[in-house]
Amino acid sequence: MPAVEGRAHAKLEVPPPSRFADKAFEWLTLAMALAVVLLVILVGWQLARGSSAAIQKFGFHFLATSTWDPVAEQFGALPFIYGTVVSSLIALLIAVPLSIATAIYLTELAPLWIRQPLTSLIEMLAAIPSVILGLWGIFVMIPFLRDYPFPFLKKYLGWSGLFTGPIYGVSMLAGGIIIAIMILPIITSVSREILRSVPNLQREAAYALGATRWEVTRIAVLSYAKRGLFGAVILGLGRALGETMAVTMVIGNTPQIATSLFAPGYTLASVIANEFTEATTDLYLEALFEIGLVLFGITILANLIGQLLLRTLKTSSGTRGA
Amino acid sequence: MAVNTMSSSTPTSQSGAMNPTPTSPATAAELVTANAFAVKDLSIWYGEKQAIKNISIDIPVMAITAIIGPSGCGKSTFIRCLNRMHELVPRTRVEGKILFHGEDLYAAGSDPAMVRRRVGMVFQKSNPFPTMSIEENVLVGLRLNGVRNRQVLNERLEKSLRRAALWDEVKNDLKKPGMSISGGQQQRLCIARALAVEPEVLLMDEPCSALDPIATAKIEELIRELRDQYTIVIVTHNMQQASRVSDRTAFFYVGELIEFGDTAQLFNRPRERQTEDYITGRFG
Repeated sequence: MPAVEGRAHAKLEVPPPSRFADKAFEWLTLAMALAVVLLVILVGWQLARGSSAAIQKFGFHFLATSTWDPVAEQFGALPFIYGTVVSSLIALLIAVPLSIATAIYLTELAPLWIRQPLTSLIEMLAAIPSVILGLWGIFVMIPFLRDYPFPFLKKYLGWSGLFTGPIYGVSMLAGGIIIAIMILPIITSVSREILRSVPNLQREAAYALGATRWEVTRIAVLSYAKRGLFGAVILGLGRALGETMAVTMVIGNTPQIATSLFAPGYTLASVIANEFTEATTDLYLEALFEIGLVLFGITILANLIGQLLLRTLKTSSGTRGA
Repeated sequence: MAVNTMSSSTPTSQSGAMNPTPTSPATAAELVTANAFAVKDLSIWYGEKQAIKNISIDIPVMAITAIIGPSGCGKSTFIRCLNRMHELVPRTRVEGKILFHGEDLYAAGSDPAMVRRRVGMVFQKSNPFPTMSIEENVLVGLRLNGVRNRQVLNERLEKSLRRAALWDEVKNDLKKPGMSISGGQQQRLCIARALAVEPEVLLMDEPCSALDPIATAKIEELIRELRDQYTIVIVTHNMQQASRVSDRTAFFYVGELIEFGDTAQLFNRPRERQTEDYITGRFG
């Protein structure tokens, strides 16, 4: 039958779907994903290679001792590790509540006309160069902190041991505050995106039960979004650990471990930035490389711990109270 | 059912006197001619677009009222006005009056959260809270109201799940996540959640549109069982569903109320030409 033949013929003319294009696409994306992994491995390897002599000479002592004496060629990284961890924790303590509250305001409460301008403004904060923020820190923030909030903290919270000793202005606390300002925009905008992705149906479910706006935010929005918000915090922590320029300008750059947050400190990133040009001996340079390796390790470790915590958050959901 | 007669919007013995304890249902005799809602000249705008045009309708108490009509006819908008849910959409504007047992829903000082505690709602897609267990989902409304007594909570948990015809299926899995059960069960969980706060009215916005025929049949059966204790308003674009479950049916078309009457009458002997065209499948 000619009609049937014609149809069969037409069918044959359609080229089969190209398996090649599909495969090529798969390989291309795989190659790009692998490139990122490779880059991370290369950075780690390069840092390890650059510090091999220091690693051999000091071994574990590098991480556990506090002497940093380039003249005597004695290098211990503990004060820097301490400084990086403490300043980042201070930053998170300040930035996380502020950022999440801001994100809640921007997605749940603010009048529509104010949302976009406010969001843009917060994102502009991220665009301020680190060194400019550092200058502002030195000339505006530090004198202010020294004159008002620090004496206040000393007077009322001095008993805790965290706010004692002489007030110089430059301090671990000032470093933490400047990092907080720097990570605030990223945590806010990621949190905002996460809160925006909460389905409206969830909010409506809570409203329909007679919940107030705060109750809706609590039971429908925050509990739905908590894993994503935690991810935003981890992202902020990653940034905080590596912040360099502005911190260097306000933290005081003294390698010491002090209980008081008014005492100057030093971070891993700051010591590399400050001393790289002065590193005249091979061992000094290698020690700085090893500092870099430690910072690299801490950042990866923080992310890993974050991933693990995220997993427990997932499994515990469904059993936590309303 | 006695309320099947078309009653006019005469103010009832209940009007003006808010029943302070929604937990004590009035007897059928008291409410035989009562209207839960008396809607007068209601118009609603979304920005410039008028979604509801000058609708007046009385919704009888302790009966099932179905609202049918093609997509975009304003039926969802309309029931969302009955518990002020439409206010969550920015730039909405309401004109006219809605009396709930004689009391103005939109009166200054009337709290939308209080309205919603008395007028519960079930949505098109089931929406249990994903981070909560089945039990927590049912009890969340009570906890919001400050109920802490474990015995009261347990009683209400079982009662609500039984009313939602879900108890036998989940009684051994109360601690499991609310999302771990099937779609039809999730929708009944949402009904249990709405019933747990003991509302007087249950609004259902196309509650079966995302469900398979078996789950749909279960929900319909459940709706019929709830009829004796609650005033139910159900939006559906399934006409068979409306004719199966409801006592009264309202037909909406492009924001207007075309016809409202006894369900059997509306489907068998529609008064309006448009209603007849719609129910016989000539459009929509």
